[in-house]
Amino acid sequence: MSEAQLRRPPKRRLPVEWLGILPFVAFAMLFLIMPTMKIVIGAFQSPEGGFTLQNLIDLNTDSIRSAYWTSIKLSLITALLGCAAGFAMASAVVFGGLPKRVRSPLLTFSGVASNFAGVPLAFAFIATLGPAGLVTLWLKTEFGINLRAMGFNLLSFWGLVVTYLFFQIPLMILIIIPALDGLKREWREAAEVLGATGAQYWRMVALPILFPSILGTFALLFANSFGAVATAFALTGPQLNIVPIKLFAQIRGDVLGNPNLGYALAFGMIVITGLANVTYIVLRTRSERWLK
Amino acid sequence: MTRFFAWTAFLLGVLFFVLPLVGMTEFSLKMRRGEYSFDAYRRVFEDQRFWDTFSYSLILAGATIVFGVLLVVPTAYWVRLKLPQARPVIEFITLLPLVIPAIVIVFGYIRLYNTSSVLPLTGSALGTDFLLTMGYATLALPYMYRAVDTGLRTIDVATLTEAAQSLGAGWITILARIILPNVLVAVLSGAFLTLAIVIGEFTMAALLNRPAFGPFMQLLGANRAYEPPALAVIAFAITWGCMGLIQLVTRFSKHERAKV
Amino acid sequence: MAFLDLTNLEKVFGTNRVVKDFSLGVDKGEFVSLLGPSGCGKTTVLRMVAGFETPTSGSIRIDGQDVTDQRTNQRAIGMMFQAYALFPNMTVADNVAFGLKVKGVPRAEREARVIEMLQLIGLPDLASRFPFQLSGGQQQRVALARALAPQPRVLLLDEPLSALDAKVRVSLRNEIREIQRELGITTIFVTHDQEEAMSISDRIVVMNGGIAEQAGAPFEIYNNPRTRFVAGFVGTLNMFTAMVEDAERGLITVAGQRIALATGAIEARNGETVNLALRPEAIRLGRAVSCEVVLPATIEAVHFLGSVIRVRARVAGTVVALDTFNRPDQPPPPLGSTAEISFAASDVILLPA
Ligand SMILES: Nc1ncnc2c1ncn2[C@@H]1O[C@H](COP(=O)(O)OP(=O)(O)O)[C@@H](O)[C@H]1O
Ligand SMILES: [Mg+2]
Repeated sequence: MSEAQLRRPPKRRLPVEWLGILPFVAFAMLFLIMPTMKIVIGAFQSPEGGFTLQNLIDLNTDSIRSAYWTSIKLSLITALLGCAAGFAMASAVVFGGLPKRVRSPLLTFSGVASNFAGVPLAFAFIATLGPAGLVTLWLKTEFGINLRAMGFNLLSFWGLVVTYLFFQIPLMILIIIPALDGLKREWREAAEVLGATGAQYWRMVALPILFPSILGTFALLFANSFGAVATAFALTGPQLNIVPIKLFAQIRGDVLGNPNLGYALAFGMIVITGLANVTYIVLRTRSERWLK
Repeated sequence: MTRFFAWTAFLLGVLFFVLPLVGMTEFSLKMRRGEYSFDAYRRVFEDQRFWDTFSYSLILAGATIVFGVLLVVPTAYWVRLKLPQARPVIEFITLLPLVIPAIVIVFGYIRLYNTSSVLPLTGSALGTDFLLTMGYATLALPYMYRAVDTGLRTIDVATLTEAAQSLGAGWITILARIILPNVLVAVLSGAFLTLAIVIGEFTMAALLNRPAFGPFMQLLGANRAYEPPALAVIAFAITWGCMGLIQLVTRFSKHERAKV
Repeated sequence: MAFLDLTNLEKVFGTNRVVKDFSLGVDKGEFVSLLGPSGCGKTTVLRMVAGFETPTSGSIRIDGQDVTDQRTNQRAIGMMFQAYALFPNMTVADNVAFGLKVKGVPRAEREARVIEMLQLIGLPDLASRFPFQLSGGQQQRVALARALAPQPRVLLLDEPLSALDAKVRVSLRNEIREIQRELGITTIFVTHDQEEAMSISDRIVVMNGGIAEQAGAPFEIYNNPRTRFVAGFVGTLNMFTAMVEDAERGLITVAGQRIALATGAIEARNGETVNLALRPEAIRLGRAVSCEVVLPATIEAVHFLGSVIRVRARVAGTVVALDTFNRPDQPPPPLGSTAEISFAASDVILLPA
């Protein structure tokens, strides 16, 4: 290579090639980044347009605090239960000696169920666990068990938890089954022949290997339920005090009586799902040093 | 012992998933007092709003798919071919919709594209439809991009492109005649998944005030007893259909590949 | 009684009898190879010893103790797998320490042992690497160290070299053998590569269809194969059919040539056909001293392999392979030429028809 070639600025060809993703970048800017930035900026703007922290400070009311807290609790619990139950079912199918025939239907069903969210899911649960639902009536007439009297109400926090699990569990199954398949038989056997018990194998080998996948799914499930509006709205209407419902009502009718407070509310949602994912990324990079 | 726990976990799970399906089906058949009937379904199908909103959502889903394919396939292709260094950024962007809640995104749309803005999309029905389509494309982006990118990974993009170029093909030809057919299965999978997501979508449609299927279902749910479970059964069938079609095209393509 | 005793082992998968009446005694410190084609049941035998499979019948004893129904993690065995069995989430040191850790060996002792083992396999500097940062050969070395660290009673190796490339394969197999000798550990080595088995074993068990066809030292197996399968599987073999002329005196004819077998009387009837086998290196090109049998041949192919020249010649209707050493003053015979080959009657292996 001659010196002249070497000295030629390497940047010159770049712009042409970057043009190829211009449509994508434009789309992402217009319909993903800028709308989000609008919210973020709006959260720090006074009605007159100046910079302020007042909106964020105004979030600190009992009602909004409790909405965030309920939302976080809801998301953590459904993500946790979803991961646990999904993991149990997936490992039952992969390691539990269940017939091979159940595997493919389970995966197909999980694909369907994880997408069967929103309004119709709420209807399905109302028809099952609602006041006149199938299971509710059946328990009452056959066993004399009155769910309502026992404190269970579908249109409440725990009702929402049960309903969300219908899409959370399958999502976990879909993601974790391939990860479980990735556990090599040799690892288990090597551990065993070296004297490890089944529990030691799981604790020292299998779970550390699965940890990044489980963690990633947990973060996904968390965000999934944190931002969900439709199921909760169709189930409980606008009453239930969780952040997405509150924001929904605010966007529709400015129930907070302050448009900029809406921005702050939405900004809080971004911060929380963002934090969840940053935590995930940090934990993941720490647990994944052994990956290529 | 392990097997006992495995069966217990599995059967409990199955019970949890089957009960709501049985529940909604049974409930949807109970409209007539004392006997099972399809009255609820007849009511739903007789309702003009059902057809209007359903076809509206279907059209929007179609538009979303077409737009999504036109956006994602060339981008993913180009990134693989010429801009591998942009990959992490692009992938990050495509995953953002999984992190930023849809309600926040649509809130941004409403404030950014309102009647008093530079681009007053929400000012007209057509503009709002366009905005909603873009919103749906955003929601579907993570799935669409991943499906297509995985599809592209299985073919040698660079070699195919060079071969086509040496035969004198232009970019459009390469994309339409070489790349697209090769990732057709991935594109179709992404398309059906998009359909499943879009058809009953509630939040964006409701907040943009468009007459889509999701808000219609919600409205019905608030006012009626037996039609909602019937709608749930229909929606479940549609979702199942979409997933079935994905399996079908995937299996079909494996078959085709095995024959070669 | 041998240190490791396998008695009448049987394994049936469904209706498939994979291991049939397999008995083997391995002495303390002995290196025994199971050699046989793929699917003949070698791995299954090894997995029964390890405890991954339960024998359908028969028993396994280690050091006089019946372990047939013992769980794998109680057996104090070391095992090396074909490939990629290192725990990917642990460093080399952690992998090697694993067996000690689950046994509850104190940390200081563990670390000392890890250093010792890494020294033994010649990779003292790689302790903090992860498996993906190692070459295939290094990974298998670490796997060996991991298997040996808890001082197992028996070492089992299931084709540990088959995923490696040829050069590494040879050097690593010698290294394994050296370490085995040094530690004096009782070892079963599974392979389908006869050269590998020959070069490192004290004893070889040739398996076919779940049966142990023959067991013996490599020299014994190679030179005195007892069945046609063993003869054919271990090394290259040239086969002739011969007619028995006088069974009592051990006289047979091949292509009109009479041969007096060194063994003397043979178990066959006069006039019957029998199979003769000859190793390539037992056949000479031309008339050689001490080779009393001479047959005419046509040269069909010549492969120059360096120090050895392998010639294919047509003799009495069959093509035979024979090896001669390369000698600069003696170029190989031209193709199509006629020549004579010779061999000694004492090198003839008589196989049951
Ligand atoms: N778990 C099993 N179930 C059914 N058949 C098996 C199983 N393991 C091995 N086999 C069968 O047993 C035979 C011997 O296998 P193996 O011991 O792995 O042979 P090798 O190691 O000599 O190649 C093969 O035909 C194989 O298909
Ligand atoms: Mg094997």
